Amino acid sequence: MSSATARVYLDHAATSPLRPQARAALTEYAGLVGNASSLHTSGRRARQVLEEARESLAADLGAAPAEVIFTSGGTEADNLAVQGSWLARRPGRNRVLASAIEHPAVAETVGALRTAGADAREIPVDAAGLLDLTALNDLLTEPTAVVSVMAVNNETGTAQDLAEVTRRAQAAGAWMHADAVQALGHLPIDFAASGLDLLSVSAHKVGGPIGIGALLARKDRSPRPIGHGGGQERDLRSGTLAPALAAAFAAAVRAATTAREADRAAQTRWRSRIAAAVTEIPGGRVNGAPGSPAIVNVSFADCRADDVLLLLDRAGIDVSTGSACTAGVHQPSPVLAAMGRTDEQARQSLRISMGWTTTDADITALLAALPESVARAQLAYS
Amino acid sequence: MRVLAAMSGGVDSAVAAARMVAAGHDVTGVHLALSKNPQSFRTGSRGCCSREDSHDARRAADVLGIPFYVWDLSDRFRDDVVEDFVAEYAAGRTPNPCLRCNEKIKFSAVLERGRALGFDLVATGHYARLTETTTNGECEVRLHRAVDPAKDQSYVLGVLTQEQLRYSAFPLGDTPKDEVRAEAARLGLAVATKPDSHDICFIPDGDTAGFLARQLGERPGDIVDEAGAVVGHHAGAHRFTVGQRRGLQLGTPAADGQPRYVLGITPVSNTVTVGPKAALAVDRIRAIRPRWTAAELPAGTARGLVQVRAHGEPLPATWTLTADTLEVELDTPAVGIAPGQAVVCYRGTEVVASATIDSTGSAAADADVA
Repeated sequence: MSSATARVYLDHAATSPLRPQARAALTEYAGLVGNASSLHTSGRRARQVLEEARESLAADLGAAPAEVIFTSGGTEADNLAVQGSWLARRPGRNRVLASAIEHPAVAETVGALRTAGADAREIPVDAAGLLDLTALNDLLTEPTAVVSVMAVNNETGTAQDLAEVTRRAQAAGAWMHADAVQALGHLPIDFAASGLDLLSVSAHKVGGPIGIGALLARKDRSPRPIGHGGGQERDLRSGTLAPALAAAFAAAVRAATTAREADRAAQTRWRSRIAAAVTEIPGGRVNGAPGSPAIVNVSFADCRADDVLLLLDRAGIDVSTGSACTAGVHQPSPVLAAMGRTDEQARQSLRISMGWTTTDADITALLAALPESVARAQLAYS
Repeated sequence: MRVLAAMSGGVDSAVAAARMVAAGHDVTGVHLALSKNPQSFRTGSRGCCSREDSHDARRAADVLGIPFYVWDLSDRFRDDVVEDFVAEYAAGRTPNPCLRCNEKIKFSAVLERGRALGFDLVATGHYARLTETTTNGECEVRLHRAVDPAKDQSYVLGVLTQEQLRYSAFPLGDTPKDEVRAEAARLGLAVATKPDSHDICFIPDGDTAGFLARQLGERPGDIVDEAGAVVGHHAGAHRFTVGQRRGLQLGTPAADGQPRYVLGITPVSNTVTVGPKAALAVDRIRAIRPRWTAAELPAGTARGLVQVRAHGEPLPATWTLTADTLEVELDTPAVGIAPGQAVVCYRGTEVVASATIDSTGSAAADADVA
């Protein structure tokens, strides 16, 4: 059966295969005895593994170790950043701003805050998915608790001018958070130099294990916790810590950081090949301004992306339609809608995302199968 | 062959898909999402578009080791089935939405999309049989009743044309339902014991009158007897179906003290006509929008059996079919024949044609008038 044989895996933005370094760390510490909060020898050993992982991550991300707060993943980090910042707001700062193209982990959290009484607003983007900075200025005229803008969009790969957004947000007295889940491993991250107050990352998007991520929080920024318990992780995130997951996370980030520039050069070449091939296909186009070369969002007129996915899947190629599902139903992408596309256009987009296992042969296989798949899907469109 | 198996999340379509896999076909499962906002879970009777059903279909596909996708057909379903259902009731007729779904969704939108994507057949869990015959040197497919008369669904498939039947597969038609469940259990399919669905899938609580009232609002009118005298009032003609006795709440009792039944609905005047059971019996049916299963229209007059509602008894009759109408004369008058329902013509177990009942009459009544 096709699913059991080797696949051309081009959905790294959903999750990237476990790197050997991460697997080795996971295996090494899977049987580690001890709660990192315990005072005895076993507890200290667990704590040592955890703290070494924290220091390694901090070094790779330009942060101090105390700024690394382990979470269950990117979603929890985003929730803690946005909701926690709002809960910790100074009196009168009732506004919460997020871009119109945030991942649901931020967008839905902002929605929940709106229900809870926050003056939550969306910062619009242009047709290329870039933030409207004039609109941002207008929105910042009201006292604002937190501004959340993703570093790299998960559907299009588009990167924002975060330094400029951060400068404006902080000049207005707001905390600045960036969801950097799709930037990690693809663009350099230097937390100290960025000036950001808060930043979210996740392990499994760069070949770490699923189930761990981190919020980077400046030492003088303490969002209020959103879950309550033993007060681990600077009292920001309670729950028994997972040294094996943390070690594997750190190992994956170290490997990704080491390989980053070489990977980026290869992915930039592949992205150009894909873009050239897509524009050769009738009705084909590339969506969004560039940023991370690892993500290419393409669309084809007069077809359903669902059908292209089915046909590529049959040809042994895994790609994504790139957005949320309800009972498995492909919903039109809110990201493309925010970029001014119609519902129909938003159902025509496909996300191809590359990572550490991607090879020339993968891209060649994709480009060999794509034209016929699109042609057939266009035939099936009515 | 490449087979697209429509998987509802029920036991029948899961076993149908399993049989196509066992026959050596390259099978892909597809669940049709027919509602934009699928309800999470339901208890008791179930519909065909809940998240639970989608999950059950996916798990069956996992067990069979086949690719699985969900296709969003909610817009088509709303336009072609739900709105048609409401409009038909508003026009005083009694539609069959399952038949309409087969005609417009499963064997039209899905089949066409599947064919374009390179599939050779669409397989479903319907209980009906397909056979092949050679007519004038051409191979033709024939649609027959299932061997399990209690489960036979040929009535709701009678609208399919030769072109649609040619690309369809009904792997369960030769099997009794209890054997299908046993087979599901043997295959390790969790849906082996899942209850059958009975309701209209988009009205999961079974309250059709309530659903129609929400769609159409209150539309009060008169209830009249055969002579035209007002004998009561109603809140909406869509609450009634020809042959119905319950829910009339008539203020004026019948002269003979006998129960009265709905004889007809007149949308123009929004009146419901009632009368004695004897007046329900009709032996003439005029039907429109005929469909026939053979490649060539079997025009002319023929004798056979007709079925006038889902799970209804086959009635001996003579019919005359043209490209535009189907006229039926029943050997013996029958009751409860409602405009909007399908009349399906059978030659033995074989489906010949299907058409939508437009009006009914009685030779005896015609003679009285004459």
